[in-house]
Amino acid sequence: MTYMRRPSVVHPGLPHNDLGLSARDYEGGISTLCAGCGHDSVTSALVQTLFELNIPPHRVAKLSGIGCSSKTPAYFASASHGFNSVHGRMPSVATGANSVNRDLHYIGVSGDGDSLSIGFGQLCHAIRRNVNMLYVIDNNGVYGLTKGQFSASADVGTTAKKGEVNIQPPIDACLTALTMGCTFVARSFSGDKQQLVPLLKAGLTHKGFALIDIVSPCVTFNDHLGSTKSYDFTRQHYHPTIHTDFIPPAEEITVSSEDGDTISVELHDGSRVVLKKTDEQYDPTDRNSAYAYLQKHTAAQEVVTGLLFIDEAKPDMHETHMVVEQPLIDIDFDTLCPRRSALEKIQNRFR
Amino acid sequence: MQKKTVSQPTDTTNPDYYHRVVDCQWACPAHTDVPGYIRLIAQGEYSDAYQLNRHSNIFPGILGRVCDRPCEPACRRSRIEDKPVAICRLKRIAADLTDMNDVQLPEIAPANGKRIACVGAGCASLALANDLLPLGYEVVIFEALDRSGGLMRTNIPSFRLPPEVLDQEIGMIIGMGADIHFDHPVESMKTLLEEGYDAIFVGSGAPKGKNLELPGRYDSDRIHIGIDWLESVAFEHTESIGERVLIIGVGNTAMDCCRTSLRLGSTDVKVMARKPRAFFKASDWELEDAEEENVEIIVNHSPKAFVIEDGKLAGMIFELMEYQLDSAGRIESSTVTGETMIPCDDVVLAIGQDNAFPWIERDQGIEFDQWEVPVVDPVTHQGTRAGVFFGGDAAFGPKNIIWAVEHGHQAAISIHKYCHGEDITDRLPMGMNLNSAKMGIHEWSFSNSYDSGKRIPVPQVQLSERFKQLNIEVELGFSPELAAEEVERCLNCDLQTVFTENLCIECDACIDVCPVKCLTITEAGTEDDLRTRLSAPAENLEQGLLISGALPQTGRVMIKDEDLCVHCSLCAERCPTAAWDMQKFTLLKPCAGDESVSEPIRQSGA
Ligand SMILES: Cc1cc2nc3c(=O)[nH]c(=O)nc-3n(C[C@H](O)[C@H](O)[C@H](O)COP(=O)(O)OP(=O)(O)OC[C@H]3O[C@@H](n4cnc5c(N)ncnc54)[C@H](O)[C@@H]3O)c2cc1C
Ligand SMILES: Cc1ncc(C[n+]2csc(CCOP(=O)(O)OP(=O)(O)O)c2C)c(N)n1
Ligand code: SF4
Ligand code: SF4
Ligand code: SF4
Ligand SMILES: [Mg+2]
Repeated sequence: MTYMRRPSVVHPGLPHNDLGLSARDYEGGISTLCAGCGHDSVTSALVQTLFELNIPPHRVAKLSGIGCSSKTPAYFASASHGFNSVHGRMPSVATGANSVNRDLHYIGVSGDGDSLSIGFGQLCHAIRRNVNMLYVIDNNGVYGLTKGQFSASADVGTTAKKGEVNIQPPIDACLTALTMGCTFVARSFSGDKQQLVPLLKAGLTHKGFALIDIVSPCVTFNDHLGSTKSYDFTRQHYHPTIHTDFIPPAEEITVSSEDGDTISVELHDGSRVVLKKTDEQYDPTDRNSAYAYLQKHTAAQEVVTGLLFIDEAKPDMHETHMVVEQPLIDIDFDTLCPRRSALEKIQNRFR
Repeated sequence: MQKKTVSQPTDTTNPDYYHRVVDCQWACPAHTDVPGYIRLIAQGEYSDAYQLNRHSNIFPGILGRVCDRPCEPACRRSRIEDKPVAICRLKRIAADLTDMNDVQLPEIAPANGKRIACVGAGCASLALANDLLPLGYEVVIFEALDRSGGLMRTNIPSFRLPPEVLDQEIGMIIGMGADIHFDHPVESMKTLLEEGYDAIFVGSGAPKGKNLELPGRYDSDRIHIGIDWLESVAFEHTESIGERVLIIGVGNTAMDCCRTSLRLGSTDVKVMARKPRAFFKASDWELEDAEEENVEIIVNHSPKAFVIEDGKLAGMIFELMEYQLDSAGRIESSTVTGETMIPCDDVVLAIGQDNAFPWIERDQGIEFDQWEVPVVDPVTHQGTRAGVFFGGDAAFGPKNIIWAVEHGHQAAISIHKYCHGEDITDRLPMGMNLNSAKMGIHEWSFSNSYDSGKRIPVPQVQLSERFKQLNIEVELGFSPELAAEEVERCLNCDLQTVFTENLCIECDACIDVCPVKCLTITEAGTEDDLRTRLSAPAENLEQGLLISGALPQTGRVMIKDEDLCVHCSLCAERCPTAAWDMQKFTLLKPCAGDESVSEPIRQSGA
């Protein structure tokens, strides 16, 4: 960790976005995580994402649970809204917030412990409801904050820092998401921002639940030889399957779409994701094919990365439940809280 | 991972690489350890700061007032915001707060039997004497005038540089045992050569002020040559000047002439420039100082003739100029659009100086080029005759004090080797030391936090008080409190970011934290190619790229663009493996005393 704030000084050649902000305007407090933690890189990728998407910081809501990963919303977009919930309960808070104000951009940041152990049920239900949010899992295979116990994402055979071997089979966040009907499933690596930033942009723009499982090494408790979530192991087994380009609405697509290996998916706001497959068998719009591919390659210890599955058509929570379009905050008090007589009217229906 | 043409990793064992990062020190002709002395001032160690300065530049009190300061335009701070650190004026406070009696001068070795003659007692000769006296040399200085210091005393006005400061710092050198002969112009090199000195150093300056041969030039005694006029003011031969004065030329000499005129009674001083402002030779700060005193600077006026009426100077005629510039801002052509006459009582010509060596016979094996400048080796300072060395303005034409000092240092090395029969071209190379500045997890042996303070102006005597006497020093210097604020603006460029590639796990922490986006990990390539794909534009080609060897995990390389690094140490603080470290760079610049020479073998004769 660092005690010093990052100096206010900026590179005079630093670019500005459509709002006149520089990437530095999307920074947050100084990180208190261990130096070298993958989570800090994810934070930095999120800063880049918000900057490049020209999102006004005050239109973002950051949500998290408990863990080193869950601390990171404090380290980006200081000017945004934030809610740090109880361990594993972030999906509920996000669902609630989203249901009363659909106009904000929701970013949930969680850990493998927070999402796959204590908060597993919560995660599944948020997926099932297709809450419109970006859900990031900083996956390091351990409970970092509580000093490195194996988490539910730890692979069989991976070793703890002191040598203990994990024998429990892991829960794979992406396979789970596919099963639960998730409409945007991706995996990436904190050490590859070139891949990560376009994925985060696509996930944040996607209408529905976008889960990105990011291998994010814990330098302190899980970066040793024998760990399957270390920087070195991840790089050795790194397998970018689908190359993702994010194209904002106004821009022309330069990739030729006739190319059989390239699929272009239009997102609801007119932007596009252009997916280039490195494996012909793969169809990222076919859930079953995605599931089968992932399972096969994960069994072979490959870290399959990229946008694994996307379904832009499925209705999100608001559509399904026909929730009022206006954020509740914008509805006048009388409409929002009808008088006692209105309640009686409803109750009368049950008498 | 695909590899492109792999670039050579940067050779950081060559001291030049890190030296160049210390912009001020690199730009200083004498390579003064600027960040080193600034830190000492921050710690309140003024005498140590003085001492460190003196080691390189000999005259901290003088240079802290009047140095041409090539360091300041080079200062990294001016690339981060508009104003550099007040490097020069911080030097002055080190001198102001040092008791000159406590300055540690080198011990004087027993006489080595070698005699060196110096022509002129300007800063070049004095610097030479400073280096040779402690080694046991007998240094004999011949000076035409009745006082020492050369132009520093005769031309730099006392309101910028008080004579007491000169006396103190020159006194230290003479006090080491120089044998100085005043009122002793050397009139013949031939005779001097015959006197049997082991070596001769010519530090006689560039004493001839340029003239302007225009109609009417010799029809009035109110037309003065700038440097001669300033000298006669310094010698109190000239005590007044007319009310309306025209200064021709817009270099630093012109600035001294116009400000001096104001102090001798003129009320209307115009500095006449032939070209637009962008082409002025004077330093920005000298222009600022003059304009603050209400000197008017008039551009695009080219002198044509002096107007003499009834035998008296009445004014000057100027041609009105217009310049056509090319896209790079250079003058392509000019047109005269008219003429004007500007009335005046006196004209001072401040359009430059020339070398003049009427006292060097041309049959002594000492060659001169077509401009009467001697042919001098730029490294050894030896002329075309062995044993005769040149330095200061005499060597390559007019420069400034700090260059003259550096020439003195280099000539001292040459003379030391020459007198011991050694090859004067076989000189010690520059060296360096690197020491980790890490004191603890987040503790460094320097103040690494960035201070966003703006440059602090040096307090000055009020305008209304300045002109009462010629010798009222305009600048009051920093108080310790102001200096304590100004020092924090220094970016500690000598605290180098040193990279050990085999420790790097490519976690990106350093890249993410760097506030100015200096760092990038990317596929190897040539430098030109790399410059196009860094985290932030790297357009300053003056500043190097630190390119690592292949990183262990992916074979990519770490690149650091040195250009805007603020030496905040965050990269080193965030690095989990200490692949980045902050290390204090100390330049080891050889001086005469460092050259180990054999016992004297050469007997005598230059
Ligand atoms: C008006 C003016 C202002 C300047 N202001 C600055 C400034 O602010 N900062 C800066 O860095 N530089 C300044 N300079 C330049 C600086 O003064 C010179 O570059 C510097 O003094 C050169 O030093 P030197 O030792 O080579 O020669 P000089 O200082 O010229 O000294 C030469 C000495 O040799 C003596 N001499 C000459 N011929 C003989 C002979 N035959 N026999 C015996 N003695 C002889 C001369 O009398 C003189 O004392 C200024 C110059 C001028 C003209
Ligand atoms: C209800 C509750 N149970 C247990 C804990 C203890 N605890 C804190 S963080 C954490 C695990 C965090 O792991 P993960 O989500 O993977 O985050 P990481 O630190 O690895 O980023 C646990 C079990 C808690 N804070 N609250
Ligand atoms: S303990 Fe691990 S997860 Fe937590 S900050 Fe340190 S490196 Fe990151
Ligand atoms: S010291 Fe490191 S972090 Fe700070 S500006 Fe320089 S390279 Fe960037
Ligand atoms: S912080 Fe250290 S280990 Fe991480 S990328 Fe930078 S130099 Fe490498
Ligand atoms: Mg974890």
